[in-house]
Amino acid sequence: MRLLPIVVTTVGLAAAAPALAADMTVTVDLPRLNTASYHRPYVAVWIERPDQTAVQTLAVWYQQTRNNEGDGKDWLKDLRTWWRKGGRAMSLPADGVSGATRAPGRQTITVPAARLRGLQPGQYNIVVEAARELGGREVVRAPFRWGGANTADASGSTELGAVRVTVSR
Amino acid sequence: MKKTIALLTLAAALAAPMAAQAHRAWMAPTSTSLSGNDAWVGFDAGMSNGVFIPDHAAMRMNGLVVTAPDGSSVQPEHLMQGQYRTTFDVHLTQNGTYKIANVMGGVMASYKLNGEQKRWRGSAAEFPAALPEGATDVQATRTASRIETFVTLNNATETVFKTTGEGLELVPVTHPNDLAAGEAASFKLLKDGQPAADLEVTVARGGVRYRDNPEEMTVRTGADGGFTVTWPEAGMYWLNASVRAPAQGDAPGSNASYVAVMEVLP
Repeated sequence: MRLLPIVVTTVGLAAAAPALAADMTVTVDLPRLNTASYHRPYVAVWIERPDQTAVQTLAVWYQQTRNNEGDGKDWLKDLRTWWRKGGRAMSLPADGVSGATRAPGRQTITVPAARLRGLQPGQYNIVVEAARELGGREVVRAPFRWGGANTADASGSTELGAVRVTVSR
Repeated sequence: MKKTIALLTLAAALAAPMAAQAHRAWMAPTSTSLSGNDAWVGFDAGMSNGVFIPDHAAMRMNGLVVTAPDGSSVQPEHLMQGQYRTTFDVHLTQNGTYKIANVMGGVMASYKLNGEQKRWRGSAAEFPAALPEGATDVQATRTASRIETFVTLNNATETVFKTTGEGLELVPVTHPNDLAAGEAASFKLLKDGQPAADLEVTVARGGVRYRDNPEEMTVRTGADGGFTVTWPEAGMYWLNASVRAPAQGDAPGSNASYVAVMEVLP
């Protein structure tokens, strides 16, 4: 019975946070590839300025465990562009950013505006990079505007399919 | 002499099955086509996803045999096993083509003893005598792995192409030290001395770290075990084929794999 006030408080907090609605959504299509030894790709998604300097990493999907071949973090450097432009300076795992590798199909990243508090209105790119064990690497850029509703589309040709950015406000 | 080598090879093979089957095993020479009175060639051998990129495991060289153009066996020098690669040198003193091969083989068996599932690994000669008395449900698989490369001092010769009739082996139609970008080269694969038909051969070029596309090719062997590769560009190439046949009743299964490293010059 003494738990009740706490429960009430939690519910109250959740209700009082409508600002958590997604204000940017990035969908990434990971192609289904027919190869003898398919491994899910490592993927990084980040925001960069038009001059290609990195602003913020939104997601990085990599093997979260250690196996007999090594630790999942051993191959983060194969996301070469992301690694050079910001990944190597990050401390991982990072809350809300790092996660397990994803299966082929459409994957969605939702980013509440609260997480982009420091982002000045203007023109940016969403960059998606994928690197696959015994496979290739590909980087796709989708230019978008921050500071008003708009959408952007781009597409990869080998390791990535369609990438769509939706800014809802 | 030959017999001693064969025995040594066999003994070595038993001691060291390949550590990481999932990764690609490669043995890369520092040069493949040499001139002069004598020459040295160094070799790096390892296992990794990107061929010739030493970033995973060193190769154990227990089955290493270097065959000179006159058929004699040459002692490799300066053998050193590092964390990610094993290196050694070969001093070429005869004119002609040398074969450098790491050959391993044996028998893997599973059996039941007093209801418990057990495993055994050893040489073909020991099998099945080495299994404990009372072993039942014995399922055996013969394994044979050959990783090889060729280097030539002055004019190329073909004496080292003689096959043994064990496992997967390559019979060059085009000499492996006479490969050029843009040209086609033909080879034949044999399984236990017979044409290895309808096998997939993977052809991977080194330097994958410096490009985004692996640019691998696959070709299939014909009814005579033959296949042809047209080299898209110069580089060090890795060719691989393998055959698996599961055990059927009392007939043992068979796992055989073959790797050749060949240099294609501009």
